[in-house]
Amino acid sequence: MRLVILDDYDLSSEWAAKYIRNRIIQFKPSADRYFTLGLPTGSTPLGCYKKLIEYHKNGDLSFKFVKTFNMDEYVCLPRDHPESYHSYMWNNFFKHIDIEPQNTHILDGNASDLQAECEAFEQQITAAGGIELFVGGIGPDGHIAFNEPGSSLVSRTRVKTLAKDTIVANARFFGNDLSKVPTMTLTVGVGTVMDAREVMILITGAHKAFALYKAIEEGVNHMWTVSAFQQHPRTIFVCDEDATLELRVKTVKYFKGLMHVHNQLVEPMLSVKDYMD
Amino acid sequence: MPSNKSVSDAPITQFVSCRILKDHRLQWEDLWVREGKILNPEKLFFDEEGFADHKVDCGNKIIAPGFIDVQINGGYGIDFSQASGDIRRGVAQVAKKILEHGVTSFCPTLVTSPPDIYHKVQSVHLSLPFIIELPNILVLVMLLSFSPQVIPELRVQDGGPEGAGILGIHLEGPFISEQKRGAHPPKFLRTFKAGGVADLMETYGHLDNVALVTLAPELANSAAAIRELSGRGIVVSLGHSMADLSQAEEAVQNGAIFITHLFNAMLPFHHRDPGIVGLLTSDRIPPGRMVYYGMIADGIHTHPAALRIAHRAHPAGLVLVTDAVTAMGLPPGQHSLGQQQIDIQGLHAYVAGTTTLSGSIATMDMCVRHFREVSGCTVEAALEAASLHPAQLLGVSNRKGTLEFGTDADFIVLDDTLTVRETYIAGQQVWRK
Repeated sequence: MRLVILDDYDLSSEWAAKYIRNRIIQFKPSADRYFTLGLPTGSTPLGCYKKLIEYHKNGDLSFKFVKTFNMDEYVCLPRDHPESYHSYMWNNFFKHIDIEPQNTHILDGNASDLQAECEAFEQQITAAGGIELFVGGIGPDGHIAFNEPGSSLVSRTRVKTLAKDTIVANARFFGNDLSKVPTMTLTVGVGTVMDAREVMILITGAHKAFALYKAIEEGVNHMWTVSAFQQHPRTIFVCDEDATLELRVKTVKYFKGLMHVHNQLVEPMLSVKDYMD
Repeated sequence: MPSNKSVSDAPITQFVSCRILKDHRLQWEDLWVREGKILNPEKLFFDEEGFADHKVDCGNKIIAPGFIDVQINGGYGIDFSQASGDIRRGVAQVAKKILEHGVTSFCPTLVTSPPDIYHKVQSVHLSLPFIIELPNILVLVMLLSFSPQVIPELRVQDGGPEGAGILGIHLEGPFISEQKRGAHPPKFLRTFKAGGVADLMETYGHLDNVALVTLAPELANSAAAIRELSGRGIVVSLGHSMADLSQAEEAVQNGAIFITHLFNAMLPFHHRDPGIVGLLTSDRIPPGRMVYYGMIADGIHTHPAALRIAHRAHPAGLVLVTDAVTAMGLPPGQHSLGQQQIDIQGLHAYVAGTTTLSGSIATMDMCVRHFREVSGCTVEAALEAASLHPAQLLGVSNRKGTLEFGTDADFIVLDDTLTVRETYIAGQQVWRK
């Protein structure tokens, strides 16, 4: 894996956004060959989304030939509820960029047959040619998407019941009223994300430090589902200093020493303007 | 790519680079319009997988709901209360000009008038000399049988490129107090004789296109009239009145919800008898109801300190009105209007040769700017006093006075000095500077 450590939240968000930008532009997506991007929600990726929007508004990045697949969505929450992941993606990303609506894919938590919805989502990913880059976050309990502790590491998109930890963590978005937090979600499986050609995990903040430690310095374990990516050929963990607080000094020093190599991935910053005819 | 054809074929316009007044705040959001209504872009994106056909760059300006003027007597040389010529054409002329002030809907106001203004004869079918020859009784029969009244003449109608929409007529009088009549002609004042309903119908004829009625509640038998009017969904407003606070409160209990130009043509506030002004902080307003009050914020009719007192006491009820008269919009200098000579100097319109004010000539956008300046309120509050609050008063806030999804796309584009630069009705640009 690559462990990319930046000083603070803003710098780590920016590094991640630059990486995504360069990957899309280098890919030279077109109508025959879309760039498929897996996307997360939550507070961690907000900074990254803001930077991507900035790059788009500056004319350096276009999402016209990008297809997106979100990781998850609540079950039985109205689609236009302010806390649904549809609302999140619209307000924090889609409405600011030039992505076409039919190229966005978010699981429908109000589908009449949830199992069929999950299977259809997997098929949509396959039909799109698989995911080129799956961006994700990590929960305080080490989960990727909503693959709670105990989820199979080869799981596919399915319905999951949320763990207590996660419900408590989400309560702040529902007026701190535990009874209002949805208890079930549709989520991509660990196996689904593992199928992506590249995975980038964003981890920031001291409250995620223990989960990061468990994910990369201990073994592969279905109790800390992010640890599955130790077995993926191309994984990048982008984090800030605070997220490294539970790691060994040796690990941190090693990867910080590699920053000049990591930075070659984001410098020079490419722009779609360079490729315009 | 335009909208999903199965939902609608109509083109979608997206206004970008603008701050829109939504949820009582100016927010950096785009405004989406389709088929004359404000569109929900999120629903468009996910349900219809559609997006805009045209984008309009607003240059970082402000978009606010169009202003609504519930008290305007005329302008540009036209007096709505004069029977001269074609009432509808006169109103239409003013309706077109007020688009420049950001007004997208209004209530043409008729001051106390002789009965035939309300029951006006449309004399197109009979020539005048012929009528004079006939015996009186025959004339009367003819008048009664050929009488489409003024009130149905001024119909509620949507606005458009021809001018601002009419939400209904404001009948200011004739059931008002003689002592507080202001400039209303005394001989046409009326009182309620028996049950209020009969008097109303006899005076006004039809009430079909009426949105507001101003009356003085201390007049005997007014309660029945107030109840009848409110029951029909007509806003009853207290004004040109000598009422004390308890009479005003009783009127509110019977259904009155507005005060016509607060402070003017009513008893002044007194600390032991607050009069109608006391309604702003009355504790006898029925629960769930709110009293609104009109303010002429031209800096002349109300001292800025009084405006601030009212605003601070009851900010949610403040409704900006122009109460504009015939002279509004005319250039400075002398003008001959009806029977009067008027001298216009700046924002003052005097009876020529005197220092007597002859009515207000401020435009709605001037009132909004002035209100903001002297009250120190937020831009949002100033804009809402001229849009949201009058819409709430008239009970039309589900389609006018806001930029909520699904409401009529009547809005204005303003710069940071709150100068109106463009006016839109039903999503169509109807005026630009």
